[in-house]
Amino acid sequence: MTNKPNAKLMTGNEACAEAALVAGMRFFAGYPITPSTEIAELLSRRLPQLDGTFIQMEDEIASMAAIIGASLAGVKSMTATSGPGFSLMQENIGYAAMAEVPCVIVNVQRGGPSTGLPTLPSQGDVMQARWGTHGDHPVIVVAPSTVRETYDWTIKAFNFAEKYRVPVILLLDEIVAHISEKIVYPKDEEFELVSRKITEKDPASYLPYENTDSDIPPFAEFGVGYRYHVTGLSHDETGFPTNNPEKVDKLNRRLNRKIERYRSEIIHYEESFLDEADICVVAYGSAARSAYRAASDARKLGYKVGIFHIFVLWPFPYEALSQIARRVKFFIAPEMNLGQIAHEISCAIKREVIKVNRVDGGLITPNEILEKIKNVQL
Amino acid sequence: MFNYDKYLRTDKLPHIWCTGCGCGIVLKSMLRAIERSKIPQDDIAVVSGIGCSSRTPGYLDFNTLHTTHGRAIAFATGLKLAKQKLKVIVVTGDGDATAIGGNHFIHAARRNLDMTVVIYNNYIYGMTGGQVSPTTPAGKRGSTAPYGNVEPAFDISRLAIAAGAPFVARSTCYHAVQLDKYICRGIKKKGFSVIEVLSPCPTYYARPNRLGNVVDMMEWYKNNSLQIEVARHTPEEEKKDKITIGILHDTERPEFCEVYQQLSAQAKKKYVE
Repeated sequence: MTNKPNAKLMTGNEACAEAALVAGMRFFAGYPITPSTEIAELLSRRLPQLDGTFIQMEDEIASMAAIIGASLAGVKSMTATSGPGFSLMQENIGYAAMAEVPCVIVNVQRGGPSTGLPTLPSQGDVMQARWGTHGDHPVIVVAPSTVRETYDWTIKAFNFAEKYRVPVILLLDEIVAHISEKIVYPKDEEFELVSRKITEKDPASYLPYENTDSDIPPFAEFGVGYRYHVTGLSHDETGFPTNNPEKVDKLNRRLNRKIERYRSEIIHYEESFLDEADICVVAYGSAARSAYRAASDARKLGYKVGIFHIFVLWPFPYEALSQIARRVKFFIAPEMNLGQIAHEISCAIKREVIKVNRVDGGLITPNEILEKIKNVQL
Repeated sequence: MFNYDKYLRTDKLPHIWCTGCGCGIVLKSMLRAIERSKIPQDDIAVVSGIGCSSRTPGYLDFNTLHTTHGRAIAFATGLKLAKQKLKVIVVTGDGDATAIGGNHFIHAARRNLDMTVVIYNNYIYGMTGGQVSPTTPAGKRGSTAPYGNVEPAFDISRLAIAAGAPFVARSTCYHAVQLDKYICRGIKKKGFSVIEVLSPCPTYYARPNRLGNVVDMMEWYKNNSLQIEVARHTPEEEKKDKITIGILHDTERPEFCEVYQQLSAQAKKKYVE
């Protein structure tokens, strides 16, 4: 990463690929799919230069499997896809959650359902990112809205994956992925890089799924003398399958507690102009870009509008929204879906949310949000 | 005599397999082959999918990975590429490798990544209770083919050869000594090696098809197998219902890791310049 120019015009997909390398990602497996393909293309060029591995697999199921295998060898790993491929990955995302294998899955959202609109944006996978694989499982989902944010949050996604030993989903959308913006490169040293905690125990006393105080078992990579078992079946602390209700209950509760208890460290949002606001626009991803413009225009017209910009979608910031709901009356949620996050917001604020939705492949314009602001009966 | 305990997680025994199952025979053969290969225990990874055969790694004291149904080879691909000093052995069954995992199987053979795949072929889905698999012979019964199997069967070894695997061998649980040799050869082969083992399932294959007990099945393997050396000189008509066993295919092809390393070295050189 030497001789890097200070500023560059780049797309979100490019920022994601470069930032993943800064984070220490050295294994990428993927399958071509619009609008995420540039990430694979770029990494097929960059990884061999850095002693990393790029492999194009036969499908997304295999891509997800391969990054889990590589991560068990101790290498930070990633894949990138879009809606239909993300659906295929669900099986092994569940495996990564169950076997506690750190990895990052980039989903550049496009119009759905099914093959939908391959070249057009959407935010339709927000719920799938949380609940796509079967069973109660832990997962972290982050959603940047600009190229620079994509750069930063790609690195943070790896840090989360490594720290909590979970699959982390980086939810981009076609706009964020393909928009070209000037980005001033941060220096690599500006980022704190996290790597999974390695066990200090000797192989004889190592328990790969030990119930520790932190709820996050220390890791041992394959091939260094710790000959342990990894399975997607419910397992005990040795990693061996079990049907024992007590042990299975303990595992399932720990897996979910592992994220729940650290939610304040994980959750991230930014508030703007909310102190005096009557109206709060809750937005994430590329819809947040329009929300900022709409709020700024509205304020010029005298409306007291603030923004609650969510970066970490899951775990969801229920507590923060609930606090804001004590002083702000109206909530508007622009989303390129039919209200997936609006429902979560209403759970937090205990009232209806004014929705601005598009599912036609078009982006939500500032004017569409502004109209809703103007129509609020204060 | 070689002590198997060295490679077993004895505290995880007894195993879950039925009386007369062939899985234990393949497991022991694999351990004899590993012992013969002299590869350090810490350098061996055994990866499996889902099914009876795929329960093997749990009992083995290596780096073991029990994955999702059909995906063992794809997990193993990532593991091997990320840590190339590992000797990766994939343990799978006929349904796991050639139905749900068929795509991964043929592409891994084409790619020729260095790993050894041992396929326990018992002609049936045992774990779920005896449904027909892609290798169930036409006309044979399974719980989802009460009137007999409508579909023709895959020949796993021929499929592997056609897809590009440079080393392919077939044996049966009756020919266990021969099997040791093939697995060992497969492990030592630089490239994608496939060892197909015909393995008895007295519970779910023999019973509905009235093939007797496991002794009868072993007799059947013995009487219906033809060594490849003999098969080469046997007229087609005579070997129609016979199973050809032996090293069916052994050739040299560039191995994925080696090719990738060369490519990477070139890319790095250009990058530094």
